[in-house]
Amino acid sequence: MEQNFEKPKDVKQISDVVWEIPPSYKKGMLVPARIYATKKLFDDMDAGVFNQVTNVACLPGIQKYSFCMPDGHWGYGFPIGGVAAFDSETGVISPGGIGFDINCGMRLVTTNLTFKEVQPKLKELVDTMFKTVPSGVGARGFVSANKNQFREIIENGSKWCVENNYGWKEDMERTEGHGRIEWADAEKVSSKALERGINQLGTLGSGNHYLEIQVARAENIFDGKIAEKFGINMPEQVVIMVHCGSRGFGHQIGTDYLRIFEGAMKKYKIEVYDRELACAPFQSNEGQDYYKAMACAANMAFTNRQVILHRIREGFSKVFKTEAEKLDMHMVYDVAHNIAKLEEHIVDGKKKKLIVHRKGSTRAFPPNHPELANLYKDTGQPVIIGGSMETGSFLLVGTQKAMDETFGSTAHGSGRTMSRAAAKHKVRGEELQKDMEKRGIYVKATSMPGLAEEAGFAYKNINEVVDTLAQAGISLPVVSLFPLGNIKG
Amino acid sequence: MPKYKFLEDVAIADIAYEAYGKNLNEMFENAALAIFELSADIKTIESKEKVEIKLEHEKIDNLLYDFLSEILFLKDSKYMVFKDVEVSINEKNKKYYLTSILMGDTINPEKQHLENDIKAITMHMFEVRKGKNNWIATVVVDI
Repeated sequence: MEQNFEKPKDVKQISDVVWEIPPSYKKGMLVPARIYATKKLFDDMDAGVFNQVTNVACLPGIQKYSFCMPDGHWGYGFPIGGVAAFDSETGVISPGGIGFDINCGMRLVTTNLTFKEVQPKLKELVDTMFKTVPSGVGARGFVSANKNQFREIIENGSKWCVENNYGWKEDMERTEGHGRIEWADAEKVSSKALERGINQLGTLGSGNHYLEIQVARAENIFDGKIAEKFGINMPEQVVIMVHCGSRGFGHQIGTDYLRIFEGAMKKYKIEVYDRELACAPFQSNEGQDYYKAMACAANMAFTNRQVILHRIREGFSKVFKTEAEKLDMHMVYDVAHNIAKLEEHIVDGKKKKLIVHRKGSTRAFPPNHPELANLYKDTGQPVIIGGSMETGSFLLVGTQKAMDETFGSTAHGSGRTMSRAAAKHKVRGEELQKDMEKRGIYVKATSMPGLAEEAGFAYKNINEVVDTLAQAGISLPVVSLFPLGNIKG
Repeated sequence: MPKYKFLEDVAIADIAYEAYGKNLNEMFENAALAIFELSADIKTIESKEKVEIKLEHEKIDNLLYDFLSEILFLKDSKYMVFKDVEVSINEKNKKYYLTSILMGDTINPEKQHLENDIKAITMHMFEVRKGKNNWIATVVVDI
């Protein structure tokens, strides 16, 4: 099927920050597409987004709208920032709506240390964790597991970590779905995927993955009450953010099932605009097998971020010669932004079970949602939005409006606006590293070209992305976090 | 004719390229070389170890997808990065049979300049086509 990379002409403006592309834009669209963006972000969006968000609108069983969040950009299959929900009885599941890095996500941890206390030890902290949290090509993790133990890990996620002294009990309730997706079934995972992931527990990866030490400054707190409930409760408080996923294990599961789904599409007579949108009915054997294998990768990613947290606690404990418990190194939250989950939502006034795909999109559940731990029942779910290593990140909170409008979903990052090659033409990694150090941000990376690719100018303005979310009401800013030290893969 | 060319304005968070070859063997080799170059500075890799890959498929594009995916599998499971490759493809009874020899070394950040940890070969825009006098593949890799 021919692809259309032209920007649509008849876009309907629904509000200051919501834009609708009607089904007449492309043959086969079952629902309109909706893009959340300020006018500037909308005008600057690359043509790939319009093509991909409307391709998704053609997939069988899609409900209400095919969404793209303000951090959206050209991805593969779905756009990055893509959200789509499918009828769980008649709709499909698509690995291209989740991505190869299944359960790539964010984790945020507090300390009771201030900027003044951390600043003199910043290099030591970054250097320590650069050694203990391996990153880059071919990095081997520090958790050794045999095949049976690895199968146990991918079915149990964070629960395994806590039972094996890689976490605190409270970490689980501060993780999306308690860090364990119960429908995971290791039988649905290929031996190749096991082989690829077994030695990667506790590794960051590369690309846009990072471990960052950040500061929450008083002037950057937008909602003091909720910030306090999230554990941001003192001036100039230092926090740590981690961005990574299921590593080669998830990548192989994505690869395996993409090929399986190509065959299944013929069987179920489904046609798509982009081969990366290969899909199968959710209730089919192929669909259910993928859902169970995907859950294994999601559990591996929760485990990966959990054992990395263990290393972070060890690192801070060593440098400050104080136990992590005494440093109040509590997790704020851990949230997935590449995943599909069976959830209940209201469609046409009726409760319906949907298979919600979020690709580069974060769950943003409101206060009192049954899936939230008691801790966050009053506030709503913490939403962690990772920005560039130069400009900072945000902590937000989920809302009822997100539930009503976007299947409880919001943005996941600031979103790229420049290609990796263009970023490398503009700056050299070594130069950027020195320049950032002058500005008080100490960064270590395994690859200097890789560092240049992640320069702040390659990303959209995160404030504009968060403004869109706040104006739309699909999540509300709590505090913005400024980078001090960063480890890049 | 270049062996491959990176497409700078496609799939901006990832990396897209075209690989060329006067025949299928050469185009497959060049598509693999692009992966090697994205993974590391190949000048810093020694040809110390040899790995053989054997694959078969009815469709030539799926054969290329599986071949490139296999290289990523070897990176994570055998800790290998490569610098040289030879490919031989035979067609028999409507099926393509591939044998490839890859030369490279065990990953060692002390000796090698490692770059992108490629996650996967995507199917987005993935294509193998015959030009006037050559074969061309379009590949987008997930970074």
